[in-house]
Amino acid sequence: MEEILTITLSTLAATIRVSTPLILAAMAGIFSERSGVIDISLEGKLLAGAFIAASTAAVTGSPWLALAAAIAATMSLSMLHGFATITHKGNQVVSGVAINIIVSGLTVVLGIAWFHRAGQTPALQNDARFMPIEMPGVELLSNIPILGDVYAKLISGHNILVYMAFLSVFVTYWILFKTRFGLRLRAVGENPSAVDTAGISVAFLRYRAVLIGGILTGIGGTYISIAQNASFIRDMSAGQGYIALAAMIFGKWKPVPAMFACFLFGFLDAISIRLQGVFLPLIGEVPVQLIQATPYILTVVLLAGFAGKAIAPKAIGVPYVKER
Amino acid sequence: MSQAKKPLPLWADIILIPIINILMALTVAGIIIYLIGENPFEAMKIMIYGAFGYDEAIGYTLYYATNFIFTGLAVAIAFHAALFNIGGEGQAYIGGLGVAILLLALDQYLPFWVLLPLAILASMIFGALWAAIPAYLQAYRGSHIVITTIMFNFIAANLMVYLLVNVFIVPGSMIPESRTFADNAWLPFMHEMFGWVGINISSSPLNLSFAIAIIVSILIWIFIWHTRWGYAIRAVGFSESAAHYAGISNKKIIMMTMLISGALAGMTGINEIMGVQHKLLLDFVAGYGFTGIAVALMGRNHPVGIILASILFGALYQGGAELTFDMPNISREMVTAIQGLIILFSGALAYMSRPWLEKLFGLFGSINKKIEVG
Repeated sequence: MEEILTITLSTLAATIRVSTPLILAAMAGIFSERSGVIDISLEGKLLAGAFIAASTAAVTGSPWLALAAAIAATMSLSMLHGFATITHKGNQVVSGVAINIIVSGLTVVLGIAWFHRAGQTPALQNDARFMPIEMPGVELLSNIPILGDVYAKLISGHNILVYMAFLSVFVTYWILFKTRFGLRLRAVGENPSAVDTAGISVAFLRYRAVLIGGILTGIGGTYISIAQNASFIRDMSAGQGYIALAAMIFGKWKPVPAMFACFLFGFLDAISIRLQGVFLPLIGEVPVQLIQATPYILTVVLLAGFAGKAIAPKAIGVPYVKER
Repeated sequence: MSQAKKPLPLWADIILIPIINILMALTVAGIIIYLIGENPFEAMKIMIYGAFGYDEAIGYTLYYATNFIFTGLAVAIAFHAALFNIGGEGQAYIGGLGVAILLLALDQYLPFWVLLPLAILASMIFGALWAAIPAYLQAYRGSHIVITTIMFNFIAANLMVYLLVNVFIVPGSMIPESRTFADNAWLPFMHEMFGWVGINISSSPLNLSFAIAIIVSILIWIFIWHTRWGYAIRAVGFSESAAHYAGISNKKIIMMTMLISGALAGMTGINEIMGVQHKLLLDFVAGYGFTGIAVALMGRNHPVGIILASILFGALYQGGAELTFDMPNISREMVTAIQGLIILFSGALAYMSRPWLEKLFGLFGSINKKIEVG
């Protein structure tokens, strides 16, 4: 019993750790796509954020400066995406693909030029990273069975960026559904000409949406390189941006369901490491690759409309051309 | 804004704008190289020599170009129907799987000239099948093909790891690779073929598939511009509703286009698996599917443009490898960055320079007119 609890808790804690960058990137995707701008470049922004954060932390030793630099970098990428797709009405998917490829090349080029370590950044000391923080009351609750363990291992003991990720879900929900800005943002993703008719700038709204996405992916990238790990490794985002994209669709472009989709995908990732080479009764050995492919398969099934319908914002992917 | 804009002359549209876009991408790349502390012009010289300077280099350049012609055509034909096939990567991977399965099964029994058409067919069928599900979902269930093809890239990657580790691996080996095919299942290398007629050239991975790629390009050109199916594809791409009113079944056209697109991407397996590697192995696609997007955008979705763009990207790949030897500060990932910049400038920002050019040409036009009047 004790053992089951320990395994369950550590798997769930691992799930939270793996889900954090997914949640941040998924929220970024929601802002962008709800305003009508497809964002394939979540992957590239996570990677750019991770690289800049690790580089800054290695040079300055300050995790907070690293976070700020990473956010600045990802916001510039968002500006680039906006410049190409909002100002110049370029194809949003093409722009996203371009950003992903540029970042995956440039992070290695700059990494080698700056640090001469085959594209890796120097390993960081603990004070240059975001370390786990212990919440107050762990000692106090430790005597209570189950609840004490749950509090100590699941709720407490993460780094601050994990809590930021959770906060981002509720902030996203609040902004999108409880503020005037959010209402307009959703409207511009459904029917931009109506918003334009009301005298509100479509371009300015969309720019703000993609820039918020830049902030969130910057935090996510920082988490990957200097909280979850202690240095940057080439291509370390490893498709998490695409999984976040899948989670966003799986959550039907809504913050809270998208968060749960991130948990589901994160959980699959956490158990796939655990299940490596384990024989399950009746089923036999589950191929790790199958578990790893599950998020993608589930998303396709959902998109196919076999498990509820995922309906994208109506004006998504269409550059807005003002009528003259 | 009442002044009517004159459309650009054709040559400016198909030659000048692509060149301006490449120059902008190369300028940004040059600035990056300068910031790293190397001389961008020197780097350019090394790359051009490394890509075209001697016959082995040309062989490598054209070998890379072969892959890009296949993936570029795949992306281009989908673009003609206004579909964005990001799944070239996965389709090429699975196409290679088809080639490997066929050759592993039959290389002991059949001669080369029977194996070759069968292998081409296998690469096309497997590639097309991998595109079929996203195509069906787009045509009949309205699922966004960009997302589904991305998902299928990842599914393909996981599937291939599973198959190589558990099925194709040589018993007792630790390396996830299949056995090497028998000699009769190898495509002849270009240096071998030149050797048959008595011409000596240095050995390179360039093989018969380059010729296949050129033939396929011609066939695709005929198909898109000189058959009614090609016309239907372009009609759907131009306006789905107009095509519908004209009696064209959008769903069937989407299916057909994507199956051809997947088949073309799958043919990358002919070059890589049958031509160069001679066995199935992990990650042999190495981003060629994504490069196909850049190639199609730069080549304006036209086979001639695609062949030229493929050679340019082949030169970037090969020249980039040389660059790393001479300038260790610059890694070969610089080529990846340049590729991304080209996608950005000739894809997403393709129309940035157009208004300027239109003004410029308008200016010239009015000067000419004045001269005529005067």
